[in-house]
Amino acid sequence: MADVNRGERPLSPHITIYRPQLVSITSILTRITGNGLIVAAVLIVWWLLAAASGPEYFATADAVLTSWFGDIVLTLSLWAIWFHYLAGLRHLYYDAGKGLDVPTAEKLGWACIFGSVVLTVLTIVIV
Amino acid sequence: MRYLTARKRAEGKGAAGTGAEHHWHMIISSVGLALIVPAFLYLFGGMLGQGHEAVIARLSHPGIAILFALVLFVGMLHFRSGATVMIEDYARGVTRKVLLIALACLTYGTIATGLFALGKIAF
Repeated sequence: MADVNRGERPLSPHITIYRPQLVSITSILTRITGNGLIVAAVLIVWWLLAAASGPEYFATADAVLTSWFGDIVLTLSLWAIWFHYLAGLRHLYYDAGKGLDVPTAEKLGWACIFGSVVLTVLTIVIV
Repeated sequence: MRYLTARKRAEGKGAAGTGAEHHWHMIISSVGLALIVPAFLYLFGGMLGQGHEAVIARLSHPGIAILFALVLFVGMLHFRSGATVMIEDYARGVTRKVLLIALACLTYGTIATGLFALGKIAF
């Protein structure tokens, strides 16, 4: 009976079935921010390559990264990396078998949201 | 129908077929990145908007070059692991395979390009 219905099972996640909750929203945000950071990674590698190529090409890449478009992308990426950072620490804490009761998990979710905003603002102020 | 019990199929490897290796790699790379990413943000933020000469001078510093290379290398492998899970969650069949191959190309292409640039600047 082990082969019943193999290959016809629904794919995860069943977003349409569950009511949105803080823990599920922050979980999917971890995935979105983590994967979205590829945009910043490719942009920065391009910027590095331009710096290695010489001053003229660097001026072009630097102009893109410091334009209003670059500012928006990099500021969003900065928030994304801090959110992903805190949510990742939360996952390590979960993996240790701690913080899994609902009140603590909800608090950790809010900590990720507010913490990431605070760290983003702090980074912009300091750097 | 293959004459396998559910236990026989699952034993030792889990649904991914590779056991807990993937998850363990995620833990290792995330702890590593947690240690180096704040320094990277500080250094990169300081360089952004500066002139070419200043950027080259900073990136020529061995410590900074090694840190940037580490963040790039470990970060991209961490990205690959995470993106692999996403693709495995949402795609199946040929689409899944094509996406996983494209992901590998993107990962190693970005790493190679970045390391080349860092090396050219530092050496």
